[in-house]
Amino acid sequence: MSAPTTHRSAEEIGRTERGPRPLPELGEQRAAADLSSVDVELSNGLRVIAVRRSSVPLVEVRLRIPFADPADSSTGSAHAARAEVLANTILTGTATRSRVDVDTELALVGGELDAVVDPERLAFSGNSLVSGLDTVLDVLRDVLTGATYPAEEVERERARLVERIRLARSQPNVIAREALQRHLYGDHPFAKEMPEAEEVAEVGREDVLALHARAVLPRGSVLVVVGDVEPDAAVRAVDAALGSWTGEGTAVSLRPLPPVQGGDVLFVPRAGAVQSQIRLAGRGVVRTDPRYPALQIANLVFGGFFSSRLVENIREDKGYTYSARSHPEFTPGGATLLVDADTASEVTAAALLETRYELGRLALVPPTESEVDTARRYAIGSLLTATSSQGGLASFLVNLAGLGLGIEWFTGHPDRLAAVTVEQVAEVALEFFAPSAFTGVLVGDADLLAPQLRSLGGVTLP
Amino acid sequence: MALPELHRFTLPNGLRVVLAPDPSAPVVGVSVHYDVGFRSEPEGRTGFAHLFEHLMFQGSESLEKLAHFRHVQSSGGTFNGSTHPDYTDYYQVLPSAALERALFLEADRMRAPKLTEENLRNQIDVVKEEIRLNVLNRPYGGFPWILLPPVLFQTFPNAHNGYGDFTDLENATVDDCAAFFDTYYAPGNAVLTVAGDFAPEAARALVEKHFGDVPARPVPVRPSFAEAPPKGELRAEHTDPHAPMPAIALGYRIPDPVADVEGYLTYLVLAGVLTDGDGSRLQQRLVHRDAIVVDVGAGCGLFGPLEARDPDTFSITAIHAPDVPSERVIAAVDEELLRLAEEGPSAQELAKVTARWVSTMHREHDRLTSRTLGLGSAELLFGRAELLYELPEKLAAVTTEDVAAAAKALRADSRAVLLLKPAGDVENDENNGGTE
Repeated sequence: MSAPTTHRSAEEIGRTERGPRPLPELGEQRAAADLSSVDVELSNGLRVIAVRRSSVPLVEVRLRIPFADPADSSTGSAHAARAEVLANTILTGTATRSRVDVDTELALVGGELDAVVDPERLAFSGNSLVSGLDTVLDVLRDVLTGATYPAEEVERERARLVERIRLARSQPNVIAREALQRHLYGDHPFAKEMPEAEEVAEVGREDVLALHARAVLPRGSVLVVVGDVEPDAAVRAVDAALGSWTGEGTAVSLRPLPPVQGGDVLFVPRAGAVQSQIRLAGRGVVRTDPRYPALQIANLVFGGFFSSRLVENIREDKGYTYSARSHPEFTPGGATLLVDADTASEVTAAALLETRYELGRLALVPPTESEVDTARRYAIGSLLTATSSQGGLASFLVNLAGLGLGIEWFTGHPDRLAAVTVEQVAEVALEFFAPSAFTGVLVGDADLLAPQLRSLGGVTLP
Repeated sequence: MALPELHRFTLPNGLRVVLAPDPSAPVVGVSVHYDVGFRSEPEGRTGFAHLFEHLMFQGSESLEKLAHFRHVQSSGGTFNGSTHPDYTDYYQVLPSAALERALFLEADRMRAPKLTEENLRNQIDVVKEEIRLNVLNRPYGGFPWILLPPVLFQTFPNAHNGYGDFTDLENATVDDCAAFFDTYYAPGNAVLTVAGDFAPEAARALVEKHFGDVPARPVPVRPSFAEAPPKGELRAEHTDPHAPMPAIALGYRIPDPVADVEGYLTYLVLAGVLTDGDGSRLQQRLVHRDAIVVDVGAGCGLFGPLEARDPDTFSITAIHAPDVPSERVIAAVDEELLRLAEEGPSAQELAKVTARWVSTMHREHDRLTSRTLGLGSAELLFGRAELLYELPEKLAAVTTEDVAAAAKALRADSRAVLLLKPAGDVENDENNGGTE
């Protein structure tokens, strides 16, 4: 080491002659410029939201098509497998473009476009230089109205998908997520985020074409454009490109989920794991619920940011985890509160105990004025920073639109947060953060964990 | 791309400052880059630079433990830090009203961090959890950033595991921390970057107010980490207990990005031609035509391009099915490199890569966190924050011949080959090149 032969001690380093200094006050906050935006429905039923943000000469495009399994149960349903193959091949061919043509055209305008699917929606995400907006929209039109699903592409992507599913299921995070969804929702299609390899192997080109014809529909879908473009001009460009995209009926939304009920945590064995995944879940409320702003703040105080009770306890005080957090997930017609932590096997039971303790404490010991203010300012400020880029704003808006909300919810939210009182936070904390309101799963090595978890209780062991 | 306004000055204590005003949104980014990364940590203290980064969040003379996080977040901001081969960065992104507060927080820990035994022990535990999360308990953990360097490089600074092994982390002492801080965290060894919504004169006054009395200390002479490129093809295997499929990483040496940035950028274009998009050479050949890999990627720098000095790495990685011999994948890569070396890419291939980079640079610029950090690292490593804005033009100047020559220079007889095997595969199990 090229360290000097002499250095100050840690104590000498940590103090100066002048001593501690006061924290500067915050300055005057300038308001964000008003966003010029348009939110309209085209004649084919597609909702279009266009927002001008001219910070850089780019455009971001997001398209969300509700794409749920119409069946009541995922058992015996081929939907998830077909949808997955569709998403992986929809950009691989049309009457006039091959897969390579699509990539080349987009690349030449500095663009990208990809498609992913989950139990709720088929989502396209793209961007390009602003001069390439028409190209991106024309590729979108072409695949939405005329994807041909070439047989050899379907075959190859199917084989690749089987391997990717295998890769995904080797990730502890994915193992835990799938176990949690099954535990919460059983055979509801929402729980099936990934098909089985055998199901994928059975998907034929005809199945994918039929699914496309039946389910890739403009009515019920929403397209968001954010960028260096006048909103009216963006809407005209979308209408000119996608006006020809039509279809019978409305894109299928997922039916509501059964509410999450509190109960024991299900233990899921993973032999040889050196770290465990704790995944708890409880019921939340939708963004339009009058209690939502208070619940958002209660969640932050609990584990929703770094300066939260959970992180300060199990990371900064006890060193049980690198990552602990709680966050709401908005589900069809409702919301779930999720609490995640990954911890070394030897401290997993203790971390679960502390997590439950913090849940109980939030429910029973109301947060202080200062905790609520810190969380409130973080909520307002992080909304500002997260949406200060074109991509961040586009993703945020398309998620809001998926919940039936628009830009006015976004611009009105800081005022709602500002109005929340400590009493309102205490009230929602008692109802939603009680340990009895939570259930969940815990993935880890059974040999190492079982004795401690059995002793702790509230965990269903194999 | 129009060059955004940049101001730079140096305080009497040696702190270099870059101001990049931009009023388009009422937010600011503040970052400090220290010119020390994990290449500088001593033998027996692997992972120390990263561990020390954690300790910089644990309080300073004016800030109790946890206060840093609370002050940033209660101002509506976000923060983080990260440790790279040649530097360590810290940042806050906040509503612009909190600019002075962010400068105060960074200055306080540059002047007088509290390095205590209790916080050191706690953060050793946290870092071990981070390593379990990102390396030990997941498939392909540390692939290739931890696993490839010990194959490609011979000397400790370049070859060792920057996350560190648990024994070394546990052996760290508070006195090690004091020595590390006094040596490397001098104001003259750092760059402060402020980007976003502020008036340059006002920001300059605030920087002087808060950083001006951080005492100057000697700046260490930066050692050369240069070493000769490999003679021959160096091979190693690593057994991964969690991976379901084998993987390959090929590592090559590339030009010094400081001495020859144009030469270095040729490899960035080459990486795009090889693996960016469905039409790229290796995607076409390996994924679509031969269908022998699940995914393939190529790039400069194991953390991304232009974020380390010499020596840096060009890597090609692929995950493939167990029934495909790794030699078949490597042979196909070599064939494609040979073809590129002989014919070069087409004008259209170059145009695609260039246009996507222009777009990528704009997008990075639009995200305040990446803009602030990008300006700071470019100023620290290259002495030119504006390099960030010159990249599209420099990339567009790369010719077919340049890329052909770069492909030719990726020689099989001067590279590292790391083969990652799932634990179920028993062949060559004894030759474990891993670091766990």
